[in-house]
Amino acid sequence: MAVEYDGGVVIGADSRTTTGAYIANRVTDKLTPIHDRIFCCRSGSAADTQAIADVVTYQLGFHSIELDEPPLVETAANLFRASCYRYREELTAGILVAGWGGVAVGGSGSTYIYGFMDSNYKPGLNKDQCLELTAAALSLAMERDGSSGGVVRLATISEEGVERRVILGNQLPKFSSH
Amino acid sequence: MFNDIVPNPNMTYNRFKSLLLNTKNLTRPFLIHPSVQMENPPLVIAAASVLKELCYKNKEELQAGFITAGWDRKNGPQVYVVSLGGMLISQPVTIGGSGSTYIYGYVDAKYKPNMSREECLQFATNALALAMGRDNVSGGVAHLVVITEKGVEHVVVPGDKLPKFHDE
Repeated sequence: MAVEYDGGVVIGADSRTTTGAYIANRVTDKLTPIHDRIFCCRSGSAADTQAIADVVTYQLGFHSIELDEPPLVETAANLFRASCYRYREELTAGILVAGWGGVAVGGSGSTYIYGFMDSNYKPGLNKDQCLELTAAALSLAMERDGSSGGVVRLATISEEGVERRVILGNQLPKFSSH
Repeated sequence: MFNDIVPNPNMTYNRFKSLLLNTKNLTRPFLIHPSVQMENPPLVIAAASVLKELCYKNKEELQAGFITAGWDRKNGPQVYVVSLGGMLISQPVTIGGSGSTYIYGYVDAKYKPNMSREECLQFATNALALAMGRDNVSGGVAHLVVITEKGVEHVVVPGDKLPKFHDE
């Protein structure tokens, strides 16, 4: 998921990759850099999303050199859209490009937190509130969705740069168990 | 639209979320009959077990799940859920239906044990409003039933009086 705050964007993801019921990687990094200040969160088929992300990283890098200036987030999103739409029959990919809109959620666990996000998000949050909200929302989704889990990876993207952090399983916010 | 909260004798309510069959009328004979023969009103778990038998024995033909909630003298307030295959479990709080997927996160975050009546009503109203906002096949009015030792109170919240949230 991704949440915009005044001055930047917080993006977060869980860390589980599954082949059927087996967790192939429990510490996956789903926050993929596409450019210096543009990240994407990948969901769906790991193979498909990695392939698309590699293609878009190349295309965006090339485009940025041509322009001799940093690319727009919107440009990156459009490049993703072009690949995902053209090959939509063959692909299973849901990709979130950071910085797009105010808040966005995706992936299999996202259905469980629409209600939570609707009640807790409001525009005008600061960075720490965004981080707290993202960590809480991801914990709730990971608790309910079998395909989500592991650790929470967060990245804060702002003009100053990219700040990455990890919240381990035992440090995640806890909610009333019932 | 039709009201799918069904009363059984003496303070047990069944909330059913069946897709195909209208099972409303099948449980009343099971519960009215014993309470005529026995002096005490039926236990909540008795009502839930009747539904469990129906769901479990006819699992091939039925697609029905139930949430049974009520009050009885032996165990006080209770909530039971009968799942699609006929599993019966007791939980302090439970949700079901197509819109429930969207509010698992909200319910997990906001529920706390030993809430007051008002807190509980607000929690349920908010959860229903959030689910109705996201699920295209849920909506209209919210029916709430408050069951206590003293009796039963039916609260109806029309759509325009439901709490509004920041929808994104």
